[in-house]
Amino acid sequence: MNINGGQALIKTLEHEGVEVVFGLPGGAILPVYDPIIESPIRHVLVRHEQGAGHMAEGYAQATGRPGVMMITSGPGATNAVTPLCDAYMDSIPVVCITGQVPYAAIGTDAFQECDTTGITMAVTKHNFLVNKAEDIPRIVHEAFHIATTGRPGPVLVDIPKDIVDPNNPLSSMTWYEPSDDIMDLPGYQPVGAGDLNLIREAARLINVSERPVVYIGGGIVKSLATEELAELVEFLNVPVVTTLMARGAFPDSHELCLGMPGMHGKYTAVMAMQRADLLIALGTRFDDRVTGRVDGFAPEAKIVHVDIDAAELHKVRVADVAIQGDCRLVIGELTAALRECVAESGAQPDRRAWRSQVSGWQERYPLTYKQSEPGELVKPQYVLEVLRDNTPDDTIVTSGVGQHQMWASQYWKFNHPRTWINSGGLGTMGFSIPAAIGAKVGKPDRMVWAVDGDGCFQMTAQELVTSTTEQIPIKVALFNNAYLGMVRQWQEMFYQERYSESYLTYDVPDYVKWAESMGCVGIRVETPEEVTPAIAKANEINDRSVVIEFRTVDDENVYPMVPAGRSNSEIVVDPSQR
Amino acid sequence: MTQRFHTIVTTVENKPGVLARVSGLFARRGYNIESLAVAPTNDDRFSRITFTVDLASDNLEQVVKQLNKLINVVEIHELDPARSIERELMLVVVTAALPLRHKLLRIVSRYGADVLDENYSEVMLMLSAKPSELDEFEESLSSYGIVKLQRTGRVAMHYLDQIELGQSETTSI
Repeated sequence: MNINGGQALIKTLEHEGVEVVFGLPGGAILPVYDPIIESPIRHVLVRHEQGAGHMAEGYAQATGRPGVMMITSGPGATNAVTPLCDAYMDSIPVVCITGQVPYAAIGTDAFQECDTTGITMAVTKHNFLVNKAEDIPRIVHEAFHIATTGRPGPVLVDIPKDIVDPNNPLSSMTWYEPSDDIMDLPGYQPVGAGDLNLIREAARLINVSERPVVYIGGGIVKSLATEELAELVEFLNVPVVTTLMARGAFPDSHELCLGMPGMHGKYTAVMAMQRADLLIALGTRFDDRVTGRVDGFAPEAKIVHVDIDAAELHKVRVADVAIQGDCRLVIGELTAALRECVAESGAQPDRRAWRSQVSGWQERYPLTYKQSEPGELVKPQYVLEVLRDNTPDDTIVTSGVGQHQMWASQYWKFNHPRTWINSGGLGTMGFSIPAAIGAKVGKPDRMVWAVDGDGCFQMTAQELVTSTTEQIPIKVALFNNAYLGMVRQWQEMFYQERYSESYLTYDVPDYVKWAESMGCVGIRVETPEEVTPAIAKANEINDRSVVIEFRTVDDENVYPMVPAGRSNSEIVVDPSQR
Repeated sequence: MTQRFHTIVTTVENKPGVLARVSGLFARRGYNIESLAVAPTNDDRFSRITFTVDLASDNLEQVVKQLNKLINVVEIHELDPARSIERELMLVVVTAALPLRHKLLRIVSRYGADVLDENYSEVMLMLSAKPSELDEFEESLSSYGIVKLQRTGRVAMHYLDQIELGQSETTSI
């Protein structure tokens, strides 16, 4: 069958099982947009290419399937750099198709030309510049393979206009089914199972540990290892800390779950790691926001580290046993090895003292905040508690970056994987709304709440137009504290209250009017009494997006906090607990 | 003391942009590549990149792992200088007026260099040797006046018996 390159691209996407593409057309990608009209693939027309990227990420995180974005050359591609980097940092499988100027025009400073593969080299797992129409099915298939296997990540395919243009004879090709057999990736062999000898060694180390902590990361979610993890934890009966990327991978409702560790982690999660004699680190990368000052991090702990990416092993902290492999497979083997170990030794070490020390911290240092005084604006933590208690258990929560993100992670109870979607590694303000739209496309039957700040909202709010026109109703809890809140907090704590360029104002823009102008319902909440009714109203609206602007106090700080560059042992708790 | 200079030999796909990916990994981390040689292998689908970098061993481990993550990189070996042969090629133009030339030619023959071209005032020489020998050769020529000098990147291979015994000190990651 003879077809043109543009048709081949769309056919390949269909063949890969793609159900939705997030994108925005432009000159160089136009020929590929034409055959979309006949394709069963849904196209979601965004208002900014960054939005397309975060939607693809939100879709991928909610469903576990790769998110696909399609955009034009030049500014289209450069606008996608942020979400590509975001996906790279958080290991999100995304395939990005970019148009490029005709092959012969590359390097001539043509209109809307940029060196897309050069620019995105450092923010993608891999990228391709296709130079022949007949390579399109194979390379696009390779892109999906690379994006979704091993440590997942974004892959970009840059396609010059001439090889997809039906008016150009060069775009004509014979269609073939892309398959794994025709892939040409001699340097790419993702690992699966871990080394059994190392796994047995890890089991022996665990079986002599009196104060172990299971420290899990996003790799648990990506490798679908939640069941294996639960089995391991139940068998060991030891506490688990769930990093920002792993919230929900082990249920907050479980008594062994200590919640988030790190800079704004729960006191118990932070201290358990500090006092542990062994960290069982699974699919996690010892990020600086978790470790604090590295030489003061978990000073007494030996380390068992499991990761699919060899480059993460020994990168920040030298492990005593480092196992490269897929978390699901390794954890399964590890539990089996532990059962053998325990059978040989007769019993597990007595960890009652450890568990009681941990529950002592939990009792003494719960999360806490002071309710607003009469006449004062509402507290963000209170809003999150009410929202949490008035939404279904499987609600998907997305978040922007800053104070609201930390409070959401702290106060929500995540009991299922893929219910918490946020920008962890890159810390991209504006992530929340487009990610929520992508998540809602992937999980249309679930309630999706975007938790956002006023600074973040102003960066990507235009995608609420997309949500209206494409009928993807989401709900936005916008925390308006008139500041870049986390910046303000750092200035208060570390810059002698000199608030340089962090004040935004409560009133401009008028968020309610802005929401309404984009086809959404806008609600403003200022007092604690208004919170519950507003959320109830929002939960009843399913035919359009809703934005609730919660005007919150402007001087609330996120606690606990480990000041940047300090050891986790110097954790600062809420003023009422000092 | 940790060894500073490391010779790394990578087999990569012979495709556009691969050298940029490899060299970019070093540049992004602020590591300088001291020497670089790239050419196709006997299988023209693959090229071999040999580079010498100046970095501490713990950084080397991370860089090698990152290199291995590049999709186009097929194989990586770090060579132990004590167990491998390293060669570079030098082309050099030296001032040597005819009356003095016989002295220069004694140096040339001592090092086994070749004379590739000459005229009344200058001589172009070529020498392929160990990098340290090239340094010495250059030093010996310096009093004559070096007009132009170009060295290639280093290429390196393990001694044959190391490979045959199958116990070479290569790091294949």
